[in-house]
Amino acid sequence: MFDSLTLAALPPEDEDIRPAIRALIADAIATLPTDRRARSWAGFDADFSRRLGAEGYLGLTLPRAYGGGGRGPFARFVVVEELLAAGAPVAAHWIADRQSAPLILNFGTEEQRQAYIPKICRGELFFCIGMSEPGSGSDLASVRTRAERTAAGWRLNGQKIWTTNAMHSDYMIALVRTSGTAADRHNGLSQLIIDLRAPGVTIRPIVDLAGDAHFAEVFFTDVDLPADALIGAEGEGWQQVVAELAFERSGPERIYSSVVLLDAWVGHLRSVGRDDRATRTLVGDFTARLAMLRAMSIACTARLAAGESPVVEASLVKDLGTSFEQELPVRIGDDLAAHPDEPVDAELHRTLLYVTHLAPSFSLRGGTREILRGIIARGMGLR
Amino acid sequence: MMDIQELVEPFARMLQAIAPASTVRAIEQGARIDALWAEIAGSGYLDALVAERDGGAGLDGLCAHGLWQELGRHIVPLPVGETMIARALLAGAGVPAPGGPIALAVAAPGQDAMVPLGRVAEHVLVDDGRQLYLAPAASARGEPTGVAGDLGASMRWETLEGLAWIARPECGLRAMAAVLRAALIAGAADHLVTVTAGYCNDRVQFGKPIGRQQALQQNLAVMAEEALAARIASQIGCASGLTPSLAAAACAKSVASAAAVRIAATAHAVHGAIGISHDHDLQLYTRRLYEWRLSDGSEGYWNDLLGGAMLASADTAVDFARLHCR
Repeated sequence: MFDSLTLAALPPEDEDIRPAIRALIADAIATLPTDRRARSWAGFDADFSRRLGAEGYLGLTLPRAYGGGGRGPFARFVVVEELLAAGAPVAAHWIADRQSAPLILNFGTEEQRQAYIPKICRGELFFCIGMSEPGSGSDLASVRTRAERTAAGWRLNGQKIWTTNAMHSDYMIALVRTSGTAADRHNGLSQLIIDLRAPGVTIRPIVDLAGDAHFAEVFFTDVDLPADALIGAEGEGWQQVVAELAFERSGPERIYSSVVLLDAWVGHLRSVGRDDRATRTLVGDFTARLAMLRAMSIACTARLAAGESPVVEASLVKDLGTSFEQELPVRIGDDLAAHPDEPVDAELHRTLLYVTHLAPSFSLRGGTREILRGIIARGMGLR
Repeated sequence: MMDIQELVEPFARMLQAIAPASTVRAIEQGARIDALWAEIAGSGYLDALVAERDGGAGLDGLCAHGLWQELGRHIVPLPVGETMIARALLAGAGVPAPGGPIALAVAAPGQDAMVPLGRVAEHVLVDDGRQLYLAPAASARGEPTGVAGDLGASMRWETLEGLAWIARPECGLRAMAAVLRAALIAGAADHLVTVTAGYCNDRVQFGKPIGRQQALQQNLAVMAEEALAARIASQIGCASGLTPSLAAAACAKSVASAAAVRIAATAHAVHGAIGISHDHDLQLYTRRLYEWRLSDGSEGYWNDLLGGAMLASADTAVDFARLHCR
């Protein structure tokens, strides 16, 4: 079953990117303590994103004509893997590079492509995605934020919530209702590009349980948008969103959220010289699964590179990957506290607790575990 | 190199025709293996991994994986994958291979070794840690395990002296056999996912197919994930050919072994009492998943070695996986 997912190798020309991006990252993270690096793709540094853009590491999958790298999903995999493995702060450009620019390329007009994609590739325009609302979490088709046609374009009213990085972003691509009611479900939904500096937009950061403000609620009160705020076809928003899911759910970010902690813990074991059988077995278990998950993510990337949209396969990768990410802090915590007389430095302790506290979010963001398993079951012919 | 599917599909069709569950059961009960072996030997696939310069097909590791997966999917009750490995090693050393089935064992003289399919092998390639000996099965003191339906044997050689021997590959026979077991697990696991999902759609309780119950859907999704994990990990083990790196073999067998028991558990949970019965085919598959998990090192054995290598290196986790588990 799911036979299309099979071992694939990263092409040598894409592997060749590694040394240069690695040097750039080393420079950026030199002064970041481990528990900051553990923020992974929640770490925000606009200057670093601009530097990545200037060096040609953003928009790698996009055509050169729009300022992209003209490469493909494998090249992007290598760059993203290096960034996440090191815990580099990638939040500023993350959504724009992964989803917004490809969406605009696929569904946008030529004017929209010219207006947004080159700046995204330079790391100058940051995007967020407006999906969840107070009454719409997993049941996304029930969104109530509404855009009405006006003589000049659209008038937007409603509210988004849990929007990652809204307060640092220039634009939001939001899923909103443009016709019908919530009872029409997937029909009547459209995607709009919203200038977050437009009058009537209010953004309130929400502080998370670790004390960070990485997500926000966003209110729209009679926000007037031009006609070309619509991206793709009116009423096709749901289909467009579904087409993005394979990009969103199969990447290394679904495997590596706890990898900075893993490396910090292994560093601790090496420094205290603990390598008894139980320790080796635990390290081996993590290593085997990391290698398997990485290969699975590359296998999914190969389907993307072949022009497919492996939504079910991406769900398999994300569910397995986030389970692994969540298990790491639990078992590493047990291991460290099972050796109470072994000194643990404060940075590792903070990293462990940060990842422990945030880990439940790994299987919420980008589609909950239960929703993904439903998608997989349907892909298996159940229901 | 031929497309993998072009090679695997005729092999799968052949196995479907010559090794139905009834044949598997008959051989488990002691029926002769000659007819089944003659079909497989006559197909030419036994020399699939023998290098072209030695007169074989010279298939690469991932093609071998495809064939081994089919052997697992059809729970073929003969050491076909083992014989492929043995014949490739023998041919590489210029030693003529015997015509019959060859099992694999890791055993020093005087040490008992559990040999999967040992009861239906004519020869055993024995790794004593220094060399590989081609031992007639009759040269060992062999005992059936006494486990229901088990074709494995406990075997022991008091001495290996005087037997034909060849050089031992650096990775040892256990790593090669472990990768084979991982691929067999992946094949049987994939079959169980398909039949278990099918059973969910057929079996009606509370007025609807049990596959409509969300609790079962969630469990089946996890089962599919485990089967996919076993497939990808076992492919990692095969990627570099017949002789895997320690890290690649460890990744393959660790992940596949851990998946094997969980896949068997879900398959049985869904099938209910009928799956425990001798007459239902489910037990043919789950018994083998348990056997393959325990053969040639469980997840604990390989995790120990892999973790030791990881700790002894200076690599990050991602770099270690990238550079060594391949």
